[in-house]
This record gives sequence, structure tokens and C-alpha cells, in this order.
Amino acid sequence: MTQTASALAAAQVATTATGATNLLWLTILIPLVSAGLLLILGRCADKWGHALGVLAPLASCVIGLAALFQVLGQPQGQRTYDLKLFGWITGSDFALNAGLRVDQLSLTFVALVTFVGTLIHIYSVGYMKHDPDRRRFFAYLNLFVAAMLLLVLADSYLLMFVGWEGVGLASYLLIGFWNDKTPNAVAAKKAFISNRIGDVGMLVALMLMFWGFGTVSFSGVFKAAGTASTGLLTGIGIMLLLAACGKSAQFPLQSWLGDAMAGPTPVSALIHAATMVTAGVYLVVRSGPIYSGAPNARLIVVIVGAITLLYGAIVGSAKDDMKKALAASTMSQIGYMMLAAGLGTVGAAFAIMHLVTHGFFKAGLFLGAGSVMHQMKEQTDMRRFGALWKVMAITWVTMGMGWLAIMGIPPFSGFWSKDKIIDAAFIVQDGQTWRAWLFGLVALIGAGITAFYMSRLFFMMFHGSNRWDDDMDPHESSPWMTFPMIVLALGSVALGWVLSWTHFPEWLAPVTGSVSDHEPVMPSWAITVLTLVVVLIGIAIAALKYLKQKVPRLAPPGNWLTRAARQDLYQDSFNDTVLVRPGQALVTATRVVDTDVVDGAVRGVAWLSVGAGRALRLLQNGFVRSYAALMAAGVIILLAIVLATRV
Amino acid sequence: MTPYIVLSAILFAIGATTVLVRRNSIVVFMGIELMLNAANLSFVAFAKLNAAIEGQLAAFFVMVVAAAEVVVGLAIIVSVFRSRRSVSVDDENLMRH
Repeated sequence: MTQTASALAAAQVATTATGATNLLWLTILIPLVSAGLLLILGRCADKWGHALGVLAPLASCVIGLAALFQVLGQPQGQRTYDLKLFGWITGSDFALNAGLRVDQLSLTFVALVTFVGTLIHIYSVGYMKHDPDRRRFFAYLNLFVAAMLLLVLADSYLLMFVGWEGVGLASYLLIGFWNDKTPNAVAAKKAFISNRIGDVGMLVALMLMFWGFGTVSFSGVFKAAGTASTGLLTGIGIMLLLAACGKSAQFPLQSWLGDAMAGPTPVSALIHAATMVTAGVYLVVRSGPIYSGAPNARLIVVIVGAITLLYGAIVGSAKDDMKKALAASTMSQIGYMMLAAGLGTVGAAFAIMHLVTHGFFKAGLFLGAGSVMHQMKEQTDMRRFGALWKVMAITWVTMGMGWLAIMGIPPFSGFWSKDKIIDAAFIVQDGQTWRAWLFGLVALIGAGITAFYMSRLFFMMFHGSNRWDDDMDPHESSPWMTFPMIVLALGSVALGWVLSWTHFPEWLAPVTGSVSDHEPVMPSWAITVLTLVVVLIGIAIAALKYLKQKVPRLAPPGNWLTRAARQDLYQDSFNDTVLVRPGQALVTATRVVDTDVVDGAVRGVAWLSVGAGRALRLLQNGFVRSYAALMAAGVIILLAIVLATRV
Repeated sequence: MTPYIVLSAILFAIGATTVLVRRNSIVVFMGIELMLNAANLSFVAFAKLNAAIEGQLAAFFVMVVAAAEVVVGLAIIVSVFRSRRSVSVDDENLMRH
């Protein structure tokens, strides 16, 4: 394992950036400046703010793609660049430069974030058309793009942490964009606090790196990781996983993602489906050299991914709120990525590949959902939909492509990435055959449930009987919205095949480690066939329940599992009882200590002084003779003392 | 030697009692003078006893101070009497609580 780590570190010897890669810092700066301008200019920019808001990520996208193609033109082995920006922290023992690390992994993310980001900006022009605060919305979106690019391009954990916090801030601002409604503000706060818990992990990991290696730059840490003790690497790995769990809504920090759907739908598509929530996967894959030296930490990553992928799938099967079902699906799909990332070299490249294809089809699904919401007066209850395919043809077809992609039907994009992940889960590692069976079966069953809940969503939305509320008049959305949906649908159809055909996993190999030839416990073709059978069973069950039978407009009570899944498997109740209430009790206790003990001491001293003053005041009675008597008494007492001590 | 000290103590006691019990500020003033002179008597007596000049010197200082004090004190009393038509020390209680 350590050999792989040092091989990785050796492969990542970087050259100085030139050409378009040298301009990559602009991809961060342009959206950042645009966000600043839109916020500072305020209402003056209301008329043209959205235009600037779209142009900024478009410019980043052009630069990012130019850099990508420049790097693609380079021979293998010379595709890693270091872009030094400025000396950030300079000290006698510790120096850190702020710089960008341009390699296959970061360029993949730059391309994904800017391309999908630009499409979603375009969509937002139409989606937020009637919102008086559209300019502020674009400012926050641009801020997000800048922070996300900083996150993926940073060349040290500390600089990445800046972007990490930036996307958290943007996520918070955008979930609570309509913060005049209390649930939205609460959801924003919940997301923010869950992310803070993950950030503690990130900070501890940073401190461990600094303590153990004396550096936090990627190159330094990865070089030192080759010879570091397993214990230290395991500690760092677990702390990084905690950070990833917070950001990527993985068990046990996943409860915020469902509530985050309170934000406008383009936000759900961009931040809470395609990009920000996948930052945790990026972190784990980027930290490959650390995890390759810590098998136990990797095992925990795999377990977390496996739990979350089942958890999200089960929750998604019961939700009637279209966006919440999609959010649960996002959780589950990121569970797949985590699982693959935790498998190490056999899975990491496929985790990133699934991340890219998922970014396309899930963003497409969310945009389709937003399009439906727009026409159904912000209604999200799928039991009030049905038969929409006749009136919203483009939305129907584009979402259909996303639906086929996420289920992993060949040749749609999800098949190419998810099948590989299931395949990788069945590979025996560390000689533990039962683990391969366990994780493989979990991934396989997850694929079946995925097929069920996505088909349920699709059938309930577009097929079956018309269950609309009386005053609905849905028709197709404007071209501003349909254009991005069409582009993303094309990606859902073809991207997986294109990535496989261009040997995307091998391209990533210098970062993720080359996909070595491990044999799964079953032949690969058997796994693929099994997966397809399970998926078809899932679709069939959904078709029986939601196409053949009439869908009631009010949710039936359901069995215990349905009821539990509707409540997010009681995660919120658990958090409330175990974390929130004791936390609030602690806060109340400290407040009481503050007001009664700390303030009480201060107030007590004041009260004593006042009382003493009030009592002594009475001595000032205005009779000269009484003062004289007091003086005489004082003199007598003093004399008595002097004389008594002399004797 | 003892009679001088006893006389001095008696004079001082009379002066202190006068200050403490009388209301008329001029009489209180006289009490103060009496105490000063009681102290003077002690100074002189002890100077004689120890054959030292310092005690006598101190007595002269006390006399000078007493003279100055009389001037200021009487001026204050006259001024108070002008404004309040009273020389009772109990009436001069502007500074009470």
C-alpha cells in the first residue's frame, strides 16, 4: 500500500503552468468579482444583474475548457501543473504558498462545475424571472462557483478549506434565499450547523497534518504520507471522512440535505446535487495517498457509503415531495461514490466518473422538477401531478433521459459508471471475501431500490391519471429553462459512453492510482446481468404500484417501513433527542451560570457597596459636634492601642 | 512636674468637653483655644523637664497658628452669622446627607 502512495506522489511531480492553465486563477476571480459587484451595486444592477451573473461562469467555463484541452494535448506524465499565486503564510518554521494544483482531477471538476454551473445560471434567468431579488440570487450563485473552483483547484488543504467554507456559506445563503419563510431559514441554519460539525473534522485533520508532517500542502502531505505511521494516517483519514460526511450529506450527518430543498430549485440542482455535495468525494479521492496507508479508515469510508446508499434509497422510496425524493436519491448516489472512493485504486476513478455523470443527470432531473414546479404553482407533492407528459413534452423527455441514466440502463450514462462501481464493490480486498460479498450485494440491492424510487417518481409525475389541483394550467416552460435541460439530457444519454470511450479512468490514473486488474468474486458479465435484472424488477414493481393502480391523492398510511422512511428513518427525532435537546440544555445551563453566577457575583459586589454606602451615609448628619465626638473617640481608641502595645 | 501635666490634662478635658457639648460656635472656638493652650502648657513643661529648647519652640509655633486660626475662624463665624442669623453649630448643616 505504501508503494502505491509513493508511486502516486512520484507521478504528481508538477511543472510550471503555461498557456490557458496559467489563467485558471481567473476562473475563480471572475465569478468572485461578479458576485461582489452584484452585491455592492445593489438595486442599480437589478436590470442587467442576471446578464453579468451568467457571463461570469461562462467566462470561467471557457477558460476552464481551454485549460482542459491544453492539458489533454500534453503527453501523459506532464499533465500536472503548479500555479503559484502568492506567499500566503510566511513564518520561520512554516511557510505556505497559495497556489493552484492543476491536474486531471481538478480539471475534471473545473469542467463539470463551470459547464453545469453555466447551464444552471442560464436556467435561473428563466426560473427566477419574476423574483424581485433575482440579482441577489445570481450574486450568491457566482459566489458559489468561485468558492467551488477554489475548493477543487487549491494546492493545499488549508486553501481548500477556504473554498470549503465558501461553498458552505453560499449553500447557506441560497437555501435560505426566501428567508422570509421560517422553515427556509431553519433549513438553512440546519445545513450550516451540520456542515460545521464536519468542519471540526477538517480542522482536526489539518492540525494532525501540521503536527505529524509540518505541512498542509498536497505535495508535502502526500510525500510524508508514504512513510507516516498507520495510526496517524487512520486518524487523519477518519477526520477527513467526518468533513466529507458533513459536506456530502453522508451518514450520520445527512439529515440537512432533505431540508435544503427549501432553496430555489436551480440551487438544489447545482449545489445540492451536482457539485457542492460531491466535494466530500473529491476530498476522499484527493486524499488517496493518505487513505492508501490507512486500510481501516478506508473500510470506514466504504461502510459509511454503503449505509448512506441504502438509507437514501429507502427514504427516497417513501417521499411524496418530488424534491425531497430527489434529494434522498442524491444522498444515495453520493453513497455509491463514497463507497467507490473508499475502495481505493480499484474504485476511486469510477467514483469520479459517477460523480461527473451524476452531475449531469441529477442536475437535469432537478431542472426538470423545477420546470414542473414552475407550472404547478410551486406544488411539489407528486400525488397532485400525473399525466403531465402530454402538456410538458420537453420536460418529460429530458427527465426521462435522466431517469434512464440514474437507473443505469445501458447505454445511458449512469450504466457506465454505476456498473463499474458495483463491479468494484465485489472485488476482494485485504483477503476479506465476506466484505466483497457484503458491499457488492448492498450496491446491487441499492441499484434495485434506485430503479424503484426513480420509476415511482417518474410515473407519479408524468403518467397515470390527472390528479392536479383545480386551478392548474401547466404548459411547457420557456426556452431559457428548456435549453439547459436539453443539454443536460444529452449528457445523460451520451456522457457515460463518451467517458468510457475516451478512457476517462485511465486519464485520472495519475491522481487516483491505476485501475489494477482485480477479479470480482463473480464474473463481471454476471454482475452486469444481475444488476440489470434487479433494476428491471425495481421498475416492474414501481409500474405495478404506480402505473397499473390508481395513485391516491392523499398518502395512504402505509406500513411501518414507509412511515419510518417518510420521517427520514427517524434521523431528525434521533438528532433532536440525542444532540439538539442536550445541546440546548447545555446552552440554557451556561446561560443560567452566566446570568446567575458570573453576573450574580458582579451584581452582588455592587449591591454590597450600595448597601454599605447607604448605611454609612447616615453618619453624615450635619452636626459638627457629632463629627468632633467621632474624631475624639478615634483619637482615644488610637491612643489606647498605642499605649496598650507599648506596655 | 505632675501638677503641670495634671493642669494641662484638666484644661484639655474642659476644652474638649466644651467643643463637644456647646452649640454656640464662639464658645466652641474658645474650647479649641483652651485645648491648644493645654497642649502648649505640656510642651513648655516637658521642655523644662528635659532642658531642651524644642518644646518651647513648638509652643511658639502653636501660638502663631492659633493666632492665624482665630482670625480665619472668627471671620467664618461672622460671615455665617451674617448669612444665617445664627451662631449655633447645629444650624450649619448644609453638607448633611
